[in-house]
Amino acid sequence: MANIREELKKRILVLDGAMGTMLQAYKFSEEDFRGERFKDYATPLQGNNDLLSITQPEAIKTIHGKYFEAGADIIETNTFSGTTIAMADYQMEDLVYELNYQSAKIAKEVADEFTEREPHKPRFVAGSIGPTNRTASMSPDVNDPGYRAVTFDELRIAYKQQVEALIDGGADLLLVETVFDTLNAKAALFAIEEVKDERNIEVPIMLSGTITDASGRTLSGQTAEAFLISISHIPLLSVGFNCALGANLLQPHLEAIASKTEFAISAHPNAGLPNAFGEYDETPEEMGEQIEEYLKRDLINIIGGCCGTSPEHISVIANIATKYKPRQTTILSAVEASH
Amino acid sequence: MSKTYIHKKANVKQTKYMKLSGLEPLVLNENMNFINIGERTNVAGSRKFLRLIKNEEFDEALDVARHQVDGGAQIIDINMDDGLIDGVKSMVRFLNLIAAEPDICRVPIMIDSSKWEIIEEGLKVVQGKCVVNSISLKEGEENFIWQAKQIKRYGAAVIVMAFDEVGQADNYDRRIEIAQRSYDVLVNKVGFPSEDIIFDLNIFPVATGMDEHRRNAIDFIEATRWVRENLINASVSGGVSNVSFSFRGNDGVREAMHSVFLYYAIQAGMNMGIVNPALLEIYDDIPKDLLERVEDVILDRRDDATERLLDFADTVKGSKKEKVADLTWRENPLQDRITHALVKGIDAFIIEDVEIARQEADKPIEVIEGNLMAGMNVVGDLFGAGKMFLPQVVKSARVMKKAVSYLNPFIEAEKGEKQKALGKVLMATVKGDVHDIGKNIVSVVLGCNNYEIVDLGVMVSPEKIIAAAIEENVDIIGLSGLITPSLDEMVYLAKEMERQNFVVPLLIGGATTSKAHTAVKIDTQYKNAVVHVNDASRAVTVVSDLLNPKTSNLYVAKLKKDYDEFRTKFLKRGKEKSYISIEKAREEKFKIDWNTSHIVKPKTLGVQTLEQVSLKEILPFIDWSPFFRSWDLHGKYPNILTDEVVGEQATILFEDAQIILKKIINKQLLKPKAIFGLFEANTINDDDISIQKKGEEIAVFRTLRQQLKKRAGKPSFALSDFIAPKETGITDYMGAFCTAIFGADELAKKYKDKEDDYNAIMVQAIADRFAEGLAEYLHKQVRIKHWAYGANEDLTNEDLIKENYKGIRPAPGYPACPDHLEKETIWDLLKVEEQIGVTLTESLAMWPGAAVSGYYFANEEAKYFGLGKITDDQVKDFALRKNITLEKARKWLHPNLTE
Repeated sequence: MANIREELKKRILVLDGAMGTMLQAYKFSEEDFRGERFKDYATPLQGNNDLLSITQPEAIKTIHGKYFEAGADIIETNTFSGTTIAMADYQMEDLVYELNYQSAKIAKEVADEFTEREPHKPRFVAGSIGPTNRTASMSPDVNDPGYRAVTFDELRIAYKQQVEALIDGGADLLLVETVFDTLNAKAALFAIEEVKDERNIEVPIMLSGTITDASGRTLSGQTAEAFLISISHIPLLSVGFNCALGANLLQPHLEAIASKTEFAISAHPNAGLPNAFGEYDETPEEMGEQIEEYLKRDLINIIGGCCGTSPEHISVIANIATKYKPRQTTILSAVEASH
Repeated sequence: MSKTYIHKKANVKQTKYMKLSGLEPLVLNENMNFINIGERTNVAGSRKFLRLIKNEEFDEALDVARHQVDGGAQIIDINMDDGLIDGVKSMVRFLNLIAAEPDICRVPIMIDSSKWEIIEEGLKVVQGKCVVNSISLKEGEENFIWQAKQIKRYGAAVIVMAFDEVGQADNYDRRIEIAQRSYDVLVNKVGFPSEDIIFDLNIFPVATGMDEHRRNAIDFIEATRWVRENLINASVSGGVSNVSFSFRGNDGVREAMHSVFLYYAIQAGMNMGIVNPALLEIYDDIPKDLLERVEDVILDRRDDATERLLDFADTVKGSKKEKVADLTWRENPLQDRITHALVKGIDAFIIEDVEIARQEADKPIEVIEGNLMAGMNVVGDLFGAGKMFLPQVVKSARVMKKAVSYLNPFIEAEKGEKQKALGKVLMATVKGDVHDIGKNIVSVVLGCNNYEIVDLGVMVSPEKIIAAAIEENVDIIGLSGLITPSLDEMVYLAKEMERQNFVVPLLIGGATTSKAHTAVKIDTQYKNAVVHVNDASRAVTVVSDLLNPKTSNLYVAKLKKDYDEFRTKFLKRGKEKSYISIEKAREEKFKIDWNTSHIVKPKTLGVQTLEQVSLKEILPFIDWSPFFRSWDLHGKYPNILTDEVVGEQATILFEDAQIILKKIINKQLLKPKAIFGLFEANTINDDDISIQKKGEEIAVFRTLRQQLKKRAGKPSFALSDFIAPKETGITDYMGAFCTAIFGADELAKKYKDKEDDYNAIMVQAIADRFAEGLAEYLHKQVRIKHWAYGANEDLTNEDLIKENYKGIRPAPGYPACPDHLEKETIWDLLKVEEQIGVTLTESLAMWPGAAVSGYYFANEEAKYFGLGKITDDQVKDFALRKNITLEKARKWLHPNLTE
């Protein structure tokens, strides 16, 4: 299997775009979400996108394929909410291992097809690890700031299960993403280290935070640099930002960390800011223009899209990416040497 | 050891720097000479902190932490090792609470415990990169390695104690032996980043009288030098106060010892330490004779060093002295004490004094009518003579209220009659308006002059005012308002009072009101007395003249005549001005040369919110002058503090404001929120600004144009002149924003419920300043970051307050655009209500009241101007453009219409 670190040295790698936007086009009904297997399930399941890897695997595979066709090097598994914590909303905690395993498996099948077809451009599967719907360093109860709805250990155990299933299913790397609370991310990293240690394996890790508003801080209040420092104890493949803001708004935060880390830098912004209806309407060309700014400034090693992006966006981005060299870091070769 | 060597700076070996984080980064690079670690949040070191934790008084425990950070601690050390408390529970609880205090958790945390369990649970609740304090080889290598591995995985730096299986290092050789071994294990066996290793090389006391302790300081210093020169990237830390342990009780000597010790230790490479900044003298300020003796001890330069310092120590005193309040007035007779307390606004002893007075009196009511009123009369006289100022009077009222509420139960118990008021005054902020600082101040001033106040609050409908006036049988009605639509409400109420045959006087006040408006519009609607009172200090005399049965008829007649004359003069003056038609005014518009004008495209188009700005960030942007104005103290800050007349009072007021300000900031009692949007824009049809997104119109701002006839060549401004017209084919840009401070009302109410009007008003006045400060802060962010047309500006805060920057931010309701209706357009465009929760009342006042909204114009030729009066042709045109009825347009533009 090709080594992603080798590929990263050669070129800017392209990550896929949004899964949710693509799924919306299918207009899946409650019945579609349920499929045969869950037709009598007690809780409503519509909106549980991760479940579609089991009930509508063809749709998921088609979307993965579209992103590869558009030029993506890495696709994310359909597992953003694949932890017992996030699945509690659907009472599907017991299904977590299977969800992650299946999602990784079908993604890997599509990736292998493309790699076989185009051996010069090997494709990779990143196991998507979302932030869950709870925060470990903030209280949801305004009257008791010391309260926590989830603990580090609960997160660590849930993440560990997800990580094991993703790796078993064939994920080439792990992507801890949309980090709004650094402590959640640290629990995920801790879990990954445990799995690596127990299995004596090496898995590249991408980590991507999210900065939620114009004050330039994460939801848990950290500046971009403080966030970077808090997660740099683990040898990551890349660090970066995704979601929440459009490409232009992410730029200053990418600049803030790019000069301060030897990890590769990733970005997968939204297609602009949401409009009044919560929709994203930045066109592929508009987004491409902004992305090109990053590349001109030598900020990027891995680039893709988040909410509101489509294969059209990724296609434009992939074309632009071929015109530029990746940001130079020493760590890629250094980490390589140590293994 | 020669002196030349000890003075030499260590040749530190460093390829990487330790990086720590709270909410903000802390990087120990070459510019960071010494990192100061706060030590008071340590149950082992602070009895007070132990008591607070034991009693679960976490709020105060947090204050201890905050005090450290405010005092300059760059890391805070937290220790919960005490047999009487549950260490794990206390550590987790306290760290969780700290995480909710941005002003504390902006700095990194040092988790300090000798119990691994406490350390590990602590690491699980902190998002930033911490320091663990500490691990050591005491229990052997295996345990040491395992703990270090865990720490690495949690992502923290570590302090390693100079301690091994044999014991604690107490000389130079043992220190370097243990440091070397620990370093090798960490770097080679654990893979611990060398820059994250900190050695605590054990600071032990000197001058103990024991010979084996003589080298304690110098050995530490030299071991530090060795570590920094030989163990690449490692840091050295220690608890400095240990060194002076034998001089407990003599802070003067201790301060000098700490300074001398640190002076040499830092030279040798010590780059972190636990130091109490209160116990630190400046090295150069240490008297020569003391310095020599302390250096002899620290550097072990003489055999008799300890004796010589001991002999000298008695002559040295601590450098800090406490300020003691002057309490001699407490020895005066009772009435003098009560009067003093009221005049000076001191509430500490009032209950005590009132109780004595009550025991001496026949009936408790006599204390109010006798002792307290005697004092308040002095206050009233001083105030009337201009020898007391408004903030003092409000403070007096606070003392008065406290005394009265203490006496009330006694009065009720004997079913005695309550104190008789001089009259009953109804106070209300009119419908659609939310501003009530002025109204509250007048209420307090009247209240403490023995008038009963019926305060109906804000946004009070005319029906409710009329009904309450009848029901409560009030003697006077007072109306307040800040925004222009409130003027119409007042006119309406005057009409209603006339219609319903009211006879009570009507008081008019508030920022937007004027004698002219009162005379021309309100006085004419009501046959009885109407008085414009815009100055709280005048309220008492006006009310007392109005209610004095002997003089009131005469006074009212005089008032009516005065207003009539004023009106005639005013109307005459108004007619002398001439106006040009709107068409003509458009021809005379302000012309920018769009071919050469420098238009900057905003870095970011679209709408963004800011909900994580801290009050601290806003603080430097506050313009304090209006704060003093709201207390009837006039002058510019900071000169007002030294003003001959009001300087002393302004200073006291400002100090009181700082106390409450600090509390607000520390406890985050107010919540700032802001939203702004930057858009493509072009002027269309001369006076309208079309806001576009990708060429599609999404909103239109209607601007108004000056029509006053001017000298030839002087332009007639409208805001639209600052935006490129559509026909130029140039894409121009414009912005809109809203800032608001939430929580002021709730907080003010808390004070009010405690009979503390002084601080209630203070909170509101401060919240208003924060809203304006936030608008200034946001404007700067927009100029340098989001629009970035002023990315290179370098202005002081004073420049900002003077508005020495490019571009303007006019607000609807203010001179350049007095029309409040455009706020609705801003609300639609930015989705202000949905996004940050600021709402508009029916009069288009913003809620919460501490809020600012407006436009951004970036053109360097854009400037503030006053619209002045406009004529009916523009109003008709405006109604047409805006697609509203002429009646509605007239209603809203009413204050700017020519007669």
